[in-house]
Amino acid sequence: MGAEQINVSIWRGGEEGAYQAYQVPRLESQTVLDVVTYIQRELDPSLSYRFACRVGVCGSCAMTVNGKARWTCRTHVSRVAVNGSLTLNPLRNLPVVKDLVVDMEVFFDKWEKALGSFVGDKTRDEALAAVSPSEPKRKEASAGIECIGCGICYATCDVVDWNKDYLGPAAMNRSWTLINDERDVARLPRLAAISGDDGCLGCHSQQGCVERCPKSLNPTGAIAGLKRESMKAVLKGEIT
Amino acid sequence: MTTSSLRTETYLWLAQRISAMVLAVCVVVHLATMIVAVQGGLSAEEIIARVGGNKLWLVFYLVFVVSVSVHAPIGLKTILREMTSLPTRRIELLVTVFALLVLVLGVRAAFGLYGLGVS
Repeated sequence: MGAEQINVSIWRGGEEGAYQAYQVPRLESQTVLDVVTYIQRELDPSLSYRFACRVGVCGSCAMTVNGKARWTCRTHVSRVAVNGSLTLNPLRNLPVVKDLVVDMEVFFDKWEKALGSFVGDKTRDEALAAVSPSEPKRKEASAGIECIGCGICYATCDVVDWNKDYLGPAAMNRSWTLINDERDVARLPRLAAISGDDGCLGCHSQQGCVERCPKSLNPTGAIAGLKRESMKAVLKGEIT
Repeated sequence: MTTSSLRTETYLWLAQRISAMVLAVCVVVHLATMIVAVQGGLSAEEIIARVGGNKLWLVFYLVFVVSVSVHAPIGLKTILREMTSLPTRRIELLVTVFALLVLVLGVRAAFGLYGLGVS
């Protein structure tokens, strides 16, 4: 590849800021994260960005690459560069801390709000629950458990953009896995937490989350499941 | 942001979906009738000859009007909520007025056409 260069334009600053241009040598099998790391190590140590695992497990390195939210460690430059150029922004829908770093607090607060943690009623002295992997409910739960919490769906979702109280795809995807977990005992409180216009009913099924999820999950499908269960619970008077 | 209850929000959501199912049928019938009706020109006489005094068409258009007056204002509420910063109470008031307007004007039109065929 020799002296080929990538023209990189990166957002610098907080909510207010400007783009700064860099030139980075083009390498084979180079990822967008490699590009950002090169800039920070070789050209401009003041650049802030987040990463940890570099292999698509931790969900830290999500950024907006040429207008689309992506996990940068698993995104090859060859796949996304337009005329040899990259424009990098922080994730949308989250407050910018600095440069490519956003404050993920609201995102995870909404997981808590959607009761996104397991609630069991067994003690360590009881036998382990035997859950068949082929059971339909377990399949439904298993389909959504690989979420790495990268925030790409949340950044992509227009409903999050329009309604700051909307829980968002990741939090509700998590709720759906737990509602289908037969060991979990917080079904009704969880359904109450994700119901209504700020919860599952707010989803417009645009499927941006499905399109962009790096783990190929289907949060829209999960939310559709929540809509059905939440509706049934309201009609039965189980939640109000 | 939301002041209404889960129950109200869910019932409105459900009403919008049910009315959508009714509208899917009504719109198809309406469009098909229009396409058939304009063959060989469109005239007031022809419309009145078909719809006027016909109880089946009256019932059809009343169902159509009621479905629209349920369906559209709920969607409008969501749009106003997402696209404007109007307070929820104001939005609810606006769309209620809109719903009543659609309902009254629609029912009036349906009966008006029906009446033209009753001598």
